[in-house]
Amino acid sequence: MMKWLKANWFYLVVLVIALVVPLIITNRYYAQVITMSLLFAIGALSLNLIMGFTGQASLAHGGFFAIGAYGVAILTYTLGWNFWLALPAAALLAAFVGLVVGLPALRTRGAYFAITTMCLGEIIYLVAGNWMELTGGHNGIVGIPVPSPISIPGLGQLTFLSQIPQYYLVLFFLMLTLFVMYRLTKSLRGMTFLATAINEDLAEAVGINTFRTKLLSFVVANFFAGLAGGIYASLIGSISPSVASIGMTFNFIMYILLGGITTLAGPIIGAFIIPILLEYLQFLQDFQMILFGFLLIVVIIYFPTGFMGLYTKVRDKIKKSKVGA
Amino acid sequence: MELFLQQVFNGIMLGSTYAIVALGLTMVYGILHVPNFAHGQMYMLGAYVCFFLMTIFGFAYWPALAASAIVLALGGVVLEFLVFKPVRNAPGINPFIAALGALIILENAVVVLWGPEGHRIPNPYPGIIDAFGITMSTQRLLVIGVAFGLIILLQLFIKKTTLGSSIEAVAQNKEGATLVGINVNRVSALTFAISTGLAAVAACMVAPIFMISPSMGMMVGMKAFVIVILGGMGSIPGAILGGIILGLIEAIGGGYFSAAYKDVFGFGALVLILAIKPTGLFGKEIKGR
Repeated sequence: MMKWLKANWFYLVVLVIALVVPLIITNRYYAQVITMSLLFAIGALSLNLIMGFTGQASLAHGGFFAIGAYGVAILTYTLGWNFWLALPAAALLAAFVGLVVGLPALRTRGAYFAITTMCLGEIIYLVAGNWMELTGGHNGIVGIPVPSPISIPGLGQLTFLSQIPQYYLVLFFLMLTLFVMYRLTKSLRGMTFLATAINEDLAEAVGINTFRTKLLSFVVANFFAGLAGGIYASLIGSISPSVASIGMTFNFIMYILLGGITTLAGPIIGAFIIPILLEYLQFLQDFQMILFGFLLIVVIIYFPTGFMGLYTKVRDKIKKSKVGA
Repeated sequence: MELFLQQVFNGIMLGSTYAIVALGLTMVYGILHVPNFAHGQMYMLGAYVCFFLMTIFGFAYWPALAASAIVLALGGVVLEFLVFKPVRNAPGINPFIAALGALIILENAVVVLWGPEGHRIPNPYPGIIDAFGITMSTQRLLVIGVAFGLIILLQLFIKKTTLGSSIEAVAQNKEGATLVGINVNRVSALTFAISTGLAAVAACMVAPIFMISPSMGMMVGMKAFVIVILGGMGSIPGAILGGIILGLIEAIGGGYFSAAYKDVFGFGALVLILAIKPTGLFGKEIKGR
């Protein structure tokens, strides 16, 4: 037990901080920014699975996020389903669409896959903007209900009307996503993901079915993208086709790259630092995005492993100097 | 029948501009193996340069078009030097992300400088010709003419001149080209210059027909990628044919089925073709990544 504590104290501290955040930060606006960061961390983690661990640059991630969002919006608002039924249904729908389009799309490689998925994302965006009866066209859907209350025997009802339970709801799903990603990437199956990312031909040669590996990774990634989208729709209360735009995908890419691709902590760090940084850079207004473009280029040229890569480098250096002394 | 012919005409007009934009993109990919995601934004800048030269400095249409091509050719060289050269030997998706960064900067820079609203370049050739029951505006005919002229000139340049052959040599084998004394850096810069210069010409040609706006590049850039992949990355005939095919698919799909979904047809066709032939219509086997 002590040994376990010693090895994992850092993560425990982070968890405790995450649990008490709503008690410390009472400013409604900042609380909202943090809840959204947690939510985008789910999306970033799932993109990291296919883009980082499996090496396939999917540019349809915003599209799958949107499938989840529209799924929950239509099921709860239009059809009156319970949120807790609509959310898994929407996430499964995203996973299913991922399976159907992954079958042809994953036959392509490298830049070809990136472009194919970019087209898929664009198709989703165009359909969301034009299918008036289902998606409300460019106006989107307004008035999506917040997650339905859960009744706990003996304790009464848990509602999600205020910010604090919403925060814990998102935190719960982030932990769930993180757990699945952790188990998946640390397993033998996760090793086959990495092998496919590093050298697809070699992986194939040692007996890995790379197509099935990529398909599994793509489907799981899209499931969680849909999950994040579903929660997003319910918490924000309104959606428009812009959730499906390529800008959304770019945001996720930015989070995982600046945070550190192919790590589990990186996407979460990225999803936290960037929106908060954006809040502080509000005074720059339109120049904000230009600055981000520069940041992206500088990071990819000088620190391609992002924040986590930098951190590992510094840690190794300290370790080495300790051993030397 | 007349509707069909009209749509074919529109499709060829659209397709020929797509073809020149895609040509530049496929050349850059052939040489550097970089998917230049910011290509559509260079196209957009070309239209803006043309617009400002004409409205503020009082240039006539053709000088503005030529100046815009030169400015963007230089811009392409700068882009290659600042963004793509440092990541030339980086693995996997890194060059791709660098291009994404460039895209974000260029598009937002135009929004900041000149606002997000659309502008229109005055049409220099407003005349209309009626033939075979279809209406052809002079400008549209001109677009087709210039596009095919440029394609022929480019082919002649690559096949008949030493400088042009050096581009082909680097595309075929970088090490081999270096061994026989070709300066790969210079060829890369030249390729980028041609690529973005061509994009600028295409943008200036269609600017009098459509509106220009900061977001116009995104869609065209994506379509250029679709075409390049349809034709196989690095294949020049593939880019030309792919451009025309996409133009026709869009015009006919938009004319007969639904204008709102015309882009879906194009993108859908790509997904379908790749499902059948994962390396594109004219693509060779791709090694590794």
